[in-house]
Amino acid sequence: MSEKKKLKNPLSLQIDPELFREASEDEKKQQVTMRESISFMKDALRRLRKNKIAMISLITIVLIALIAFIVPTFYPYTYTKQDVTAQNLAPFQYSQKEQMKIDKGFSVFPHIMGTDSLGRDYAIRVIYGTRISLLVGIFSALIVIVIGIIYGSISGYFGGKVDMVMMRIVDIIYSLPDVLIVILLSVAIKDWVSTSQSQLIARLGAGMVSIFIVFGLLYWVSMARQVRGQILSIKEQEYVLASKAIGASPARIIRKHMIPNCVSVIIIIAAMQIPSAIFTESFLSFLGLGVSVPMPSLGSLASDARTALRSYPYQLVFPALAIFLIVLSFNLLGNGLRDAFDPKLRN
Amino acid sequence: MNAKFLRYLVKRLLMALLTIFLVIAITFFVMHAIPASPFSSEKAKSDAVIAALEAKYGFDKPVIVQFFNYLGNILKGDFGLSTGWVGNTVSELIMGGFSYSARIGFTAAIIAIVFGIILGSIAALRRDKLVDKIIQVVTTALVSMPSFVMATLLLLVFALQLGWLPSLGNQPGGLILPVISLTLYPMAYVTRLQRSSMLDVLGQDYIRTARAKGVHNSKLIFKHALKNTLTPVITYAGPMMAYILTGSMVVENIFSVPGLGRLFTNSMLRTDYMMIMGVTIFLATMIILMNFLSDILYKVIDPRIDLG
Repeated sequence: MSEKKKLKNPLSLQIDPELFREASEDEKKQQVTMRESISFMKDALRRLRKNKIAMISLITIVLIALIAFIVPTFYPYTYTKQDVTAQNLAPFQYSQKEQMKIDKGFSVFPHIMGTDSLGRDYAIRVIYGTRISLLVGIFSALIVIVIGIIYGSISGYFGGKVDMVMMRIVDIIYSLPDVLIVILLSVAIKDWVSTSQSQLIARLGAGMVSIFIVFGLLYWVSMARQVRGQILSIKEQEYVLASKAIGASPARIIRKHMIPNCVSVIIIIAAMQIPSAIFTESFLSFLGLGVSVPMPSLGSLASDARTALRSYPYQLVFPALAIFLIVLSFNLLGNGLRDAFDPKLRN
Repeated sequence: MNAKFLRYLVKRLLMALLTIFLVIAITFFVMHAIPASPFSSEKAKSDAVIAALEAKYGFDKPVIVQFFNYLGNILKGDFGLSTGWVGNTVSELIMGGFSYSARIGFTAAIIAIVFGIILGSIAALRRDKLVDKIIQVVTTALVSMPSFVMATLLLLVFALQLGWLPSLGNQPGGLILPVISLTLYPMAYVTRLQRSSMLDVLGQDYIRTARAKGVHNSKLIFKHALKNTLTPVITYAGPMMAYILTGSMVVENIFSVPGLGRLFTNSMLRTDYMMIMGVTIFLATMIILMNFLSDILYKVIDPRIDLG
């Protein structure tokens, strides 16, 4: 009896099942979601796909990469093979020897970009130079991502004194002039590299080795700063507190909140670092501090072209065009990624 | 506010000095890790001569003593003796080269900033119009071109093909092409910064208020908007200095300008270690000081920024 009385109390929180009735079809319709929920990644990628310029840049990069890594496997010329009878040929020009061969009915593969002063096929040299540029870009991005994320997340996660010390170190590294240190280092290790037992190091050359050392030591700072900033601000967010309150494990918080919120920053910064890494490598090669001869780099090709610039301008134009195309594509793709992944720009 | 600003100033200055000290230390110890001493690569000399030379330059003392000697000498403006240009001190050579580099670099920086701000503002005010689109395409292309590509292409087109301008830096008007080669990249960069910052400011409430109360368009831009758009450009001053100084290495080589950059690359060819160290430290100090100045200026111009 007393229970029934309580139910009749209008202020009671107990639910009276008799008050419920089945929803009509019309009411059910209102509960249907208009469209599926999409994750942040999917949303960003969708926006990226809509961005024509970014997609064209991406396709260009993929095409350049395919050419740079596949063409050398079947190309009839190598970047070292010299031919004294075929020096400084113009694009699609044949040397007398080659012309005689053609007249006899043999087929000779054309020098698409001509040859250089030592009679080496220029197209394959430009392709190898492109390969170097791409490798530098990709590896620098990897170095930046790995070190930057680890350093930044440790700093942000622990906060307090650890954070302060780590960030002061970043401040100092940030203000060191990186190009000067690369130059200094490559001058210093030149002898060591050329006499190195390791095949890889000797082939890379002093410039490349010091570029990678300096990338490892200096280049990751802006990534570390951004990741740390993200982690710090995410830590204080209400949704993190909320998921803690409903008992989410730290692993879940890191997986569901920290990482997805850092991904955009990581992608944007990595994409921005690639062109600057490629710039640095080509700059050093132009100064003669990059890859060791005979390995070509776009910078060293452009530098070599200067000796006979008036007579053979195409020897400058081809590597210049290649580096311009690579950096332009990465820049435009970087802009597209920034627009697609920066949540602040979302409308 | 003033005490806070002073504290920030001192803190930032100490930081800059510490960085300069670090650069000197890195330069010194990296160079001393090279097994060949500056004198061993020279032609056959008797051990006694080498020992005498080493004693003269203090190379026989422990490295750490040498470092503090070197540091002390730098503070007095003495970077040691050049071995590549015998009979010259490194300081003399640096000053000689710097007079050229400073002229080119300073002109390039001024042009880049002034034209960058003008072009960027025009692009923002004519947003999505033809002018804006042209400016955007051109600047995107320019920031994708390394300094050496820009310089050699300019040399090829304007000096060798068209013959409008001299190809060597010591001819009359010979510094025009080097200045242009160094200007274009930073100018494009400033233009892009200025465009986005102008768009940002124009979208703010106080601009709408000013417009609503009937402020004339040109007054609105010059009096209300422009000053607040300049902060991103100021923060770029440090990186721009770094770009111009390192860029001058290739540009001065391409146009044969006897500046600091050319001196630096030549000292690498001549393996003149004292010179390499001196120029590295000098250039790094310039860049670090420029960063310091732009940081301070940034805080002065925009008092909203937390001095923390």
